[in-house]
Amino acid sequence: MSLFHQIKFLIRKELMLEWRSRYALNGILLYVVSTVFVCYLSFREISNPPTWNALFWIIMLFASVNAITKSFIQESRGRQLYYYTITGPQAIIISKIIYNVLLMLLLSVIALGFYSLVFKNPVGDPLFYMLSVVLGSISFASVFTMISGIASKSGAGGSLMAILSFPLVIPLLIVLIKLSKNALDGLDRSVSLDEIAILLAINVIVITTSLLLFPFLWRE
Amino acid sequence: MNKSWWKILAIVLVLFSITGGLLFPVPAKPILNESIRNIHFHVPMWFAMIVMLLVSFIYSIKYLNKGDENDDLMAVESANVGIIFGLLGLVTGMVWAKYTWGEPWSNDPKQNSSAIALLIYMAYMVLRNSMEEEQKRGKISSVYNVFAFPIMIVLLFVLPRMTDSLHPGNGGNPGFNTNDMAPELRPVFYPACLGWILIASWITTLRYRIRKQENLIS
Repeated sequence: MSLFHQIKFLIRKELMLEWRSRYALNGILLYVVSTVFVCYLSFREISNPPTWNALFWIIMLFASVNAITKSFIQESRGRQLYYYTITGPQAIIISKIIYNVLLMLLLSVIALGFYSLVFKNPVGDPLFYMLSVVLGSISFASVFTMISGIASKSGAGGSLMAILSFPLVIPLLIVLIKLSKNALDGLDRSVSLDEIAILLAINVIVITTSLLLFPFLWRE
Repeated sequence: MNKSWWKILAIVLVLFSITGGLLFPVPAKPILNESIRNIHFHVPMWFAMIVMLLVSFIYSIKYLNKGDENDDLMAVESANVGIIFGLLGLVTGMVWAKYTWGEPWSNDPKQNSSAIALLIYMAYMVLRNSMEEEQKRGKISSVYNVFAFPIMIVLLFVLPRMTDSLHPGNGGNPGFNTNDMAPELRPVFYPACLGWILIASWITTLRYRIRKQENLIS
């Protein structure tokens, strides 16, 4: 079976598992909504747009760590052995990244919707802000997937996830906040091309290193 | 003797850079004044850190390819020394910034980036300590090291250039423009960089040998 087919099957498997239990999906959606609500009750209103932006990304950061941590930890040892016999490491990591990107997109759309509902939405260029959210979802998913693989192999599991991934995700976060700030202020779109290029470049680097390194990790 | 020439060179260069850095004439610039001498002590720390982290990265790749336990020891010890030199670079920079920029932490992009880089490598150490079994520990932490290094390079060398910084060589310029530096500084600055890099390598090899002996005993 070609790599493409394997990836397709693995993604379908992830979606099906998720749909059958729905506990993880609902859990993480509830997590985002209640975090936004906690923020709303503590802030009441945010008059300063940069603060609005920063708070949104902080919520997204924590939600995505929580959403993606489980992507390797939930797999039992027996099931991993089974994958080992039927597919290659590349297929597994690519399918996990794609699945996590989908999950993050859903998560961020719901988060942004609810966030703009309770806090008034000051975004000047909504379409471009949406683009930054999409890029953010892809970036978070690509970094966190590999880190969750690493964290799941070490004994400590979930508790290591945050300290391993936060320093690595900060460069992305800096660029994302700048990009979304430009969209927030409604600046001309050509101003932000540099940021988009950097984000894409970091993503390419992260995904290629994941592809190269995962074969060493998964047999452990 | 033929093996220790570079250690002697390291001592000579560092001693020279300390005396020269403190005594040689320097250009009198407003605000900077005599504090410009810090360049001979602050900047070489970063060079040593980057070189040691690069060594750590290379040895991690070697470990993943061959699985030799000594490569893993070398990777962790050079990362350790890199962290120490990074901390020294941060402290020397902060002391200097207190008197020149007005505050020890001035929200400068390079300062922030280097602090994050240190966090990455401290996380690497925590990851290592979370595992007992040697082979597993070596493999997983090597994977993290190799994964983190390219992101750290982006963080240290690309992102600071996109914003204004108080450091020289930002906002579009090449990071280290040799033409910017006053000619009086160069005869001390270059030996200082080389000397500290050699000292860092020396410390690393010493620690590596100690660890190897400890492994033999236990």
